[in-house]
Order: sequence, then C-alpha cells, then structure tokens
Amino acid sequence: MVAIIDYGVGNLFSLRSSLSFIGVDAVVTGDPDVIAASDKIILPGVGAFEDAANKLRQSGLDKVIYEEVEKGKKLLGICLGMQMLFEESHEYGVHKGLGLIKGKVLPLADVVGDLKVPHIGWNSLSLKKESKLYKYVNQGDFVYFVHSFYGAECSESISAIAEYGVEVTASVERDNVYGTQFHPEKSGEVGLSILRAFCEM
Amino acid sequence: MITKRIIPCLDVKNGRVVKGINFEGLGDVSSPVELAAYYSGAGADELVFYDITASAEGRALFTDILTQVASQIFIPLTVGGGINTISDFDRVLKCGADKVSVNSGAIRNPLLIEEAAKKYGDQCVVLSVDVKRVDGGFRVFGRGGRDDTGLDAIEWIKRGVAMGAGEIVLNSIDTDGVKNGFDLEMLRAVCDVVDVPVIASGGAGCMDDFTKLFKELPKVDAGLAASIFHFGEVKIQDLKRELNANGINVRL
Repeated sequence: MVAIIDYGVGNLFSLRSSLSFIGVDAVVTGDPDVIAASDKIILPGVGAFEDAANKLRQSGLDKVIYEEVEKGKKLLGICLGMQMLFEESHEYGVHKGLGLIKGKVLPLADVVGDLKVPHIGWNSLSLKKESKLYKYVNQGDFVYFVHSFYGAECSESISAIAEYGVEVTASVERDNVYGTQFHPEKSGEVGLSILRAFCEM
Repeated sequence: MITKRIIPCLDVKNGRVVKGINFEGLGDVSSPVELAAYYSGAGADELVFYDITASAEGRALFTDILTQVASQIFIPLTVGGGINTISDFDRVLKCGADKVSVNSGAIRNPLLIEEAAKKYGDQCVVLSVDVKRVDGGFRVFGRGGRDDTGLDAIEWIKRGVAMGAGEIVLNSIDTDGVKNGFDLEMLRAVCDVVDVPVIASGGAGCMDDFTKLFKELPKVDAGLAASIFHFGEVKIQDLKRELNANGINVRL
C-alpha cells in the first residue's frame, strides 16, 4: 500500500486517481501509523514552500518521514514535495527543508533570461543516469511541469533535466529517496509509467 | 525544450459537449468523458471544459462528469463557466480540475482573481477574456460574448495579471467560428503587455492557422479550438506532425 501524505497542501485527487488507474492500492492520509504501515510514501505539494514546510512540521509528519526513510522505505516527492526534500529554499526568504537531498531551491526567474516564469507546459526529459524510476521512460519523453523555483547545487543527485533556457532539475534521487519536479499524475502515459515504476520498486 | 500546446475546448451543457458558431446555434457533439479519453489518446496537451449550463441540476451534472474525466484522463484539465466565487473554485478543484478559468465572474468582482491566486497559486488561475473590436479599440465582452462591458481589453488583461492570473485565454469574438485563422493582431497586442502564458482562441479553421500563429507570434504558448477537432476536420496528431515539420516544438 502506498501512502500519499495529506498535510493540507494541494489537490490530491489526480494523484490518488492515477494510482488507482494503474491498479495501485493507495491511501491519502495524515495518520503517522498508516504512513508507518505503508510500503511506500509519496510526498505531494503545490503552493508556497514556507507554508508547506510549516504545515509538515506542525503536523509532526516530518518525523515519520525521517523514520521511515531511515528504515529504507522508498519516498517520492512530487513538485513542491520534491523541493521539500532539499536542505533549504530561497522562496521569499530562506526556509529549511527536510535535508534528505543535498542542495537548495532557487528562483527560476534568476536564471532563465527572457523565458516566462512559471515554467508551464510539456518539456522533454534528458535522462542523466540510470534510474529505476525511468524503467519505462525513453530519452526525450515529455512530462508536464508547473513551477517557478528549481533544485540547485544538487548535481550528484540529478537523474534527469529539462531544457528551459538552462538545464532545469527535473528529478533527483539519493538511495531510497526520489523526487520529480514535474507532475507524473498529469503527464499522460509517460507519467503513469513513472508512477508504476516507483510502485514496483 | 518546452513545447507549444494544442488544447481542445469542450463546451458542456447538461452533460453533453456542444460548440456554438459565434456563440449561437449550439449543436450536440458527444459525451465529454468519451471525447476527453479520445483527445488524451490523440495527443491533446491539455483539455478545457466550459460549463455553459445555467441551472443547479446542470452544475451538479457537470461536476459529476468532471470527476469521471479526471479519474481516467491524466493530462492537465482547466475548467471554466459559472466561476463566480472562491467556493466555485473549490467545487471544481475537488473534482479534479488543475486550473480554473474565470471570465464574467472576474469582471463582476476582479478581487476574485487575487483571492484565488493567493489561495491556490497563480498557476491555478486562468483569465479568459472574450474580446471584440469596438470603435478602433479592443473591448471586453461579458456573459458569453453578449454584453459590451466597456472595459478596454488590454488594460483589463494587464490588471488581471497584476492580480495573479497565471495564464490568459484570449478569445477573439471577431474571428470565433469564422475559421479564417486566429486573430493575430489582437494576440500581438496582448503578448506585448503580459509575461504569462497566452493561449490563442477563436478562428482556427485548418492546420495552417496554427503554423501561422506560432511562426508569427512566438510568444503565444498554446492554441485552443473546438469544432475543427470535434468534427475531425483537423486531427491533433496530424496537426502536431505538421507543426513539427515546420520547426515548431510540440509533444509528439
């Protein structure tokens, strides 16, 4: 069973539906016991970093995440959920993240030149290393992005990038911790295959 | 590379997809769930649903259909029509919408844009504007293109973006249903003043119209159309191959 962490941030309808569509038993929960009993954990998130990080800490769910990751349980952070894996974010001030992946979150506007921010739409993945997450994905496959900040100073954990003026971090991983900046639950067949690969690990 | 998006638009009334020519003479096309599944498989990058039902029963039917679509189709879904309050945002987001498009509701209460952007993020708020040329200027029309609001379109769009609208859908009433190409002049005027994604709507009649749109106006991010897709005059996969052959980046 996959636990989708519900900490009051973002819309979990699509994520839950997409897992159910591929036949994965998933539960949306904010209950530490349910999360501890799950096989895998997904940390979603949409919105502002500071607010999300505060909510995660206030709910005490950050502790469950640390404990379960320490035990070797697989964790997938999606979008803001991926950004939360980093040490800190510079989104309107400096805010502490979970620190499960080395690096920080910085504004895209500072690096993409004249391109529009947020980076919205379908962009192709350039796979940078062998990843179990991309078991069913081909070089150049398209996924859907919506974000204004990006993972920086994390070259050792980058598994894929997308070109948007610069090489934007599309996904990261370290041991049993995975993160995607894009939304697999909104990326059609390719996205579903990424979720399937995570659930099959 | 980021790609240009091709977006079929589905007007839904009493649970069925319809499309008006110049907003009049509506004809029944097909089931929204079937059409959505078809389009997702055919390469649509996103889907837009406009609820053009006025009754409470129709509203309930619409959210029911939206829930069914969002349970089976995993590409971005934008919902519009009858969005007047934050609770309307809440209602459709809970049923699986990713973005919510405001039009007349924002004209009546511009603060709706700001309130929604603060609550759900800019990326969630799409400002849809129906525009027609009046006395040499671009004028905003409300209530499905029926009422001249007197608002200058360029000023209204600038204000919407300043309040947090994350995308603009520009629908030219002058070219809508005419199938003679997008309104490039109107689109250019809007692209010149905003830095959020602009989605062109109204006037697509053939594949060439999309090529022309993206070639002449590189700042336009997406093209939206209804009838040419619904009636199969243009197949999305063919359109994307054609665009790709013309050097325009698309998701194939």
